[in-house]
Formats: sequence, C-alpha cells, structure tokens
Amino acid sequence: MSFDIAVMQIFNGISLFTILVLMALGLAIVFGLMGVINMAHGELMALGAYVTYMVAHVFERHLPSLMGVYLFFAIIMAFLVTFAFGWILERGFIRFLYKRPLDTMLATWGLSLVLQQAYRSIFGAQEVSVPMTKWLTGAWDMTEGIQIPLNRLFIVGLTILVSLGVYYLLFKTRWGLRIRAVTQNRAMSGAAGINTNRVDAMTFALGSGLAGIAGAVFTMIGSTNPLTGQLYIVDSFIVVVFGGVASLLGTFVSGFAIAQAQTTLEFLLSGSMAKVAILLMVIVVLYFRPNGLFAARVRQ
Amino acid sequence: MLRVSHLNVYYGESHVIRDISFDVAESETVAIMGRNGMGKTTLFKSLIGVHPAKSGAVTINGNDVSAQQSYERVASGMGYVPQGRMVFPYLTVEENIRTGMENTPKDDIPEYIYGTFPVLKEMKDRKGGNLSGGQQQQLVIARALVSNPKVLLLDEPTEGLQPSIIKDIAKALNKLKSERKFSIVVSEQVLSFAMEIADRFLIIEKGEFVYQGPKESVDTAKIHSYLTV
Repeated sequence: MSFDIAVMQIFNGISLFTILVLMALGLAIVFGLMGVINMAHGELMALGAYVTYMVAHVFERHLPSLMGVYLFFAIIMAFLVTFAFGWILERGFIRFLYKRPLDTMLATWGLSLVLQQAYRSIFGAQEVSVPMTKWLTGAWDMTEGIQIPLNRLFIVGLTILVSLGVYYLLFKTRWGLRIRAVTQNRAMSGAAGINTNRVDAMTFALGSGLAGIAGAVFTMIGSTNPLTGQLYIVDSFIVVVFGGVASLLGTFVSGFAIAQAQTTLEFLLSGSMAKVAILLMVIVVLYFRPNGLFAARVRQ
Repeated sequence: MLRVSHLNVYYGESHVIRDISFDVAESETVAIMGRNGMGKTTLFKSLIGVHPAKSGAVTINGNDVSAQQSYERVASGMGYVPQGRMVFPYLTVEENIRTGMENTPKDDIPEYIYGTFPVLKEMKDRKGGNLSGGQQQQLVIARALVSNPKVLLLDEPTEGLQPSIIKDIAKALNKLKSERKFSIVVSEQVLSFAMEIADRFLIIEKGEFVYQGPKESVDTAKIHSYLTV
C-alpha cells in the first residue's frame, strides 16, 4: 500500500512538473532570454485555450468523426495563432519599449486587461470547457493500487516533445544561434551581421507560441474563463525566477524542485500550507542566491 | 573603397565627431591615432551603424550605406571588431564565429580561420566568456573575417594585451591582408603596433583630424606628442 502511494506521489510530482515547465517555457524565453516582462503572458495562454475551444467547436459541428484527434489540430492551431499574435505584438508594440522595463510592465499589464475584456466580450464571462477526447479519459491501471490518469500522461509526453523541440531549435539551428546571440548582446549581434529586428520578433513570437501550447493543454485539466491567464502567470514567474532568469536548464530544475516539493508537502500538510511553504523556500533561496539556482558565471 | 564625407556625430548635445572626411583605398590600412576621449570609438560605432551619425555620408565601393542599419552594413562589406572585444560570453568559440556568417551560404567555418588562429580550433567548444583577453581578440577578428569584409574596422585591438600577443596579432593581420585583400581602418594608441600594419596615419584630436601622412614620411615624434598627455 505505501509503495503504491509513493509511486502515485512521484507521478503527481512529475505531472505537476510538466505542467509548470509548459507554463514557464514561453516565459523563460520572453522574460529570461529577452528580458521583456510581459504581464500579458498569461492572457496568451488563455488565447491558446480559447483557440482550442473554438477548434473543438468546429470539429464537433462539422467533423464529428474526427473528434478523437481534434486535440492535435487544436495544439498546432493554438501555437500558430499565438505565434502570429506574438509577432504582431512585438513589431507593433513591444519593440518600442526595449530598455524601458517599467513602461513595458505597465503597457503589457494594460494589454492583459484589454485581452481579458476582449475574451469576456467574445466568449462571455462564464467558464467554457472542451469535450474530453475519449481515449484520454480514464486511467491506466498499472497495478490494483496505482492508477495513472491518461490525460496527465499525455501532458507528460507532450511536454517532453515540446522541450526537445525547443532545445533543438535553440541549440542546433541557425535561428537558435541568432536568438542566443541577440539575447546576449543586441548591438554586437547587429554589428556581426545579424538582422536583430527579425530575431527579436521571432523570439517573442516563439515564446508566445509556447504559451499558446500551454493554454491548449490546460483545457484538458480545467475550464477556461477570461481570467484564466492570471491563474498561471504567477507560478510561471516563480518557476523562471527561481531557476535563474537567463537559464533554460534552471527553469527545468526549478520546475522539478517546486513540483516535487509541492506534491509532497500537499500530501503531508494541506494544499494552502504547501503553497506557503513553497513560497518561503523560494524566498529563502533567492535571499542567498539572488540570481536563482542557475546563474552562469563567465568573463563578460 | 571606403569614403567618409562630412561626418558629424553627437551624444545628446555634445558634438563628438566634427565634420570628418577621409578615404581608404583598396587594400590600404589606415591607422587613426589619438588619446582616450578624442572620438575614435564614437567614429567607429558610427561607421558600423551602432551609433548613427547626425549628418554626413559613408560609402563602400560607391554604395551609400549611411541610411543602413548595422547588419545591412555588414552585408555591404564592413567587418567590425569593437573596443573591449565583445565576444558572446555564453556561446562557444565556434558559435561565436558562426554569428558572423549570416551572409555566407556555406555553414562550415573556412579553413584559413583556424589556420591563422590555431588556438581557436583547440578551444572551439569552450564558452567565449572563458577565453583569455588575447584569445578573445583573435575570436572577434575571426568573427568579423568570416563575413568576407571589404573593409575591416578594428577599434583598439591591442587594448589590455601583452606585447608578445600584440606582435602575433600584427603578424596575423598582415598575413590575412596579403592573402585576402581587404582594407583596414584601425584605431590605436600603441604606435609600434600601428607602424607594423598601417600604410597611412591620421591623428584625431577632439573629433577632428589634425595630422595625416603616409608611413614612409611619418613624423613619429609628432605622433607621440599627440598621444601623450
């Protein structure tokens, strides 16, 4: 019995870890690499969720036979729509605010309010939810005592896929090299021959697109309302800052530490006490390591 | 090759580069000498487009680049080695070099780069930020070279380097220049280094050229008097 509980606990931790990573990955790129504090990042996740809702609707009405796979289309659409939205946002708005972090915060906070109201006007103030895909309902009975919910397992798999994709893009492609160069030194990248305007737009759009994927996935574990984004944004920032702002690896380690600590503490204490303990842990660690867990040190 | 005419550069109200004009011929090396704060770095930043000029024109091979952004100027044939080196500290040596290859169709780093700077090959997987000053200087020269510049801008390449490394860099530059045929504009305070690579000297004082002359007839005592406070 206690073995079963331990296994379930570990899986719960891994499941929360993948959710945190999905949430934080886009932010780690926009805030961590570019240094843009985008207060509307949560609303971009909500956008991804609403896109998923609309795709589900279209499939339900016009392609009911394909309802089993609508989720894949929805995830891709959510990525594409938020990617495009992020690109337009960067070109039309964010790029005028580089090097003005306070103005960026205020402006993107304003944007988040505009988006929330837009969602309210278009989709209504009440929660909307998507129909659960049949093959993702239920659980995988490993043993009599151990049951792994299939939708959570799906999220774990998707997160691994997305993470590998981001890793490949950033570290194995020419675009990734451009992104890493520009985020380290924009002026020098330009003087080395890199079109920094395009790279800025691409980077911001990529971070936004990842938020869209996260939003699409979250429709599987909860319903969506105009304020959904607010729910996720705080945790996302905590994961990124705790891990070390400029380090993608830090985001993973921090997500893992927070998720395992939280699920374990939730088991031993109550949910809200676990949250308090996590926040305390983050504060204490940041007191001693203000740059987060992973702060790279090299000769500048 | 490079023609600069009536260039004026400001930092806010202060007029740093005052109506400067000069030409650089094909395969010629021009050294711009002057003390700190006389406008050398500002001139270079303005040539590459990092700090745009207020008025004046810069042309490469007759092609006006004055309105272009930095990356377009690189595509037009400028290579830039900034003061203070500015490697990308978190990129590996190889990746640092690749950032200069935006306009080259090939993905491989050309052989001659590692041939000229063998230490970069040894260190190709190290982070740029972990290199010594001399190695970083070689790295940024390599990064500028792979864009196949027609004009290489070197802003105080010897700053903070020990004399033996300065000699090595002068030797490497002379070899590269004879093999690959490009012009160099170099700003310097170390006269011995400038004498080794330059064909012509310009002295800048408070944003204006106050002396110029070819290497053969150069008055080293006069240059020294401008360089010492």
